[in-house]
Amino acid sequence: MGVIQVQEPGLFTTVQDLGREGFGAIGVSASGAADAVSLRLGNRLVGNDEGAAGLEMTLLGGTFVFPERALLALTGSDFDAALDGKPVELRSSFEAKAGQTLRLGPTRTGARCYLCVQGGIRVELFLGSASTHILSGLGGHEGRALRKGDALKIGAESGAIHERRLSARALNELQPRKVLRVTEGPQSDWFSESARRLFYESRYRVAEESNRMGIRLEGAIVPVPSGGEMISEGVSLGAIQVPEGGKPIILSVEQQTTGGYPKIANVISVDFHSLGQLRPRDEIRFERVDWETARSLLIEQEKLLASKDVLV
Amino acid sequence: MGYTFARMVTSAGEGARFQWASDQSLLVYFGQKITLQAHQQVRKLLRLLELEPVAGVRNLHPAYCSLLVKFDGLRLRHDEVEAILRRYFERLEEIKLPEPRLVEIPVCYGGEFGPDLAEVCAIHGLIPAQAIELHASAEYLVYFLGFVPGFAYLGELPEALVTPRLAVPRRRVPAGSVGIAGNQTGVYPFSTPGGWRLIGRTPVAMFRAEREGFSLLAIGDRVRFAPISAERFGELEKEWA
Repeated sequence: MGVIQVQEPGLFTTVQDLGREGFGAIGVSASGAADAVSLRLGNRLVGNDEGAAGLEMTLLGGTFVFPERALLALTGSDFDAALDGKPVELRSSFEAKAGQTLRLGPTRTGARCYLCVQGGIRVELFLGSASTHILSGLGGHEGRALRKGDALKIGAESGAIHERRLSARALNELQPRKVLRVTEGPQSDWFSESARRLFYESRYRVAEESNRMGIRLEGAIVPVPSGGEMISEGVSLGAIQVPEGGKPIILSVEQQTTGGYPKIANVISVDFHSLGQLRPRDEIRFERVDWETARSLLIEQEKLLASKDVLV
Repeated sequence: MGYTFARMVTSAGEGARFQWASDQSLLVYFGQKITLQAHQQVRKLLRLLELEPVAGVRNLHPAYCSLLVKFDGLRLRHDEVEAILRRYFERLEEIKLPEPRLVEIPVCYGGEFGPDLAEVCAIHGLIPAQAIELHASAEYLVYFLGFVPGFAYLGELPEALVTPRLAVPRRRVPAGSVGIAGNQTGVYPFSTPGGWRLIGRTPVAMFRAEREGFSLLAIGDRVRFAPISAERFGELEKEWA
């Protein structure tokens, strides 16, 4: 079985797959790759099941040594990757020969880059998933971000090595967006008409304290509804809650399972991967869509992801 | 029923109400108040959905008087989920909930473990021994687990201890901290940010990957807190490490 030796971990690198759904009743949120589309495509490029575990790097990538030959792919944002000093192409599979070093740098585009390896990364599953849940220190590699000197096991190779790349169509249609589409939130009518207008007409800036739990926004203060008594309730991925103080927070993959702030809107599922690519200081805004649009966009995106046209 | 632009609210009968939460989830509300009856309804629906899972439903997040149902939007539409849930509602009466377990949680109150105990006492004109006696004398109900893995929302706090949460939440609350907020109390399973007033700490792990069921507490459990000394805290911490 092959390994990946972590020479430099990067700023914040964790093992992630598509997360663990089904444990909301004990307070465990799904977690998983913040940009699940990129992880799925990376796995497709190396011939894995799309839910195999890969490495999620944040803002600054790591340096990894492959003692044995491995088929790799990098997806998501451009972290200026080089294999033994030679630049490697993003979103296309490539081979690391025994002893080669893959070095990534700071991002040139969005927040996260995914490294997928044929066979997937092998860690002990927690509640059926390899995803790291940082807050509780569970899952992934010892429940934490990678450190210098870690060695990660690679699963058995799943077949012949064949290099592939993403199609232009997939690249174009799955480009991360800065205008996030949303549906009405469960408490949207608690907010005044002017508060809602302000929310939809304003540009928001992603705050530094954003992480896998939530994306904090700076910009126009949304007047918080008064009067209604909010009782804590279950919250969905992409929920946009407005706490006292009026600075919206978008819940991300390692979200709390319940919350007590009113939610003005919810990012639609096809834009979740865009949330995973938001960096501090990025500017975003919100665009309201109806339920049918959200649904047909989801069907379209999944059709594209499932099609053969994704890879060439 | 067609999809519209607006926020979607529909009556579900039996006093329940549906609220679409996102394009792949909806909330079921059993009233808009924290009541024992609403809690029982939430538990019964949760139990029925666990016993007879609906294909395409991915996750369930119970809370005081609501249940968030997350589903696969490729397999189910909101109105289909609503129709299925309506049929489940008709059977809630037949659901027998298991007898509640009584779980005792040892707590070392005050001092460095309960940095807000003094202020809570000042607010209510109590001495620490009285506040501790009040907190430890009540039997609490686990309304639900939420926020983070294993965090149990416990109620009701004795009237004389009801205290608003901190104006500015702490960035880091140590794991095991016992807090109060409004008429709720709870134990932080992990070191997380938090705005509840901390009155003590338990050496018991609230959530463990190695434990069956993972969480010490489950929805519907009964809980009592037992005061222990700092010395005993140290012993138990070592014993359970």
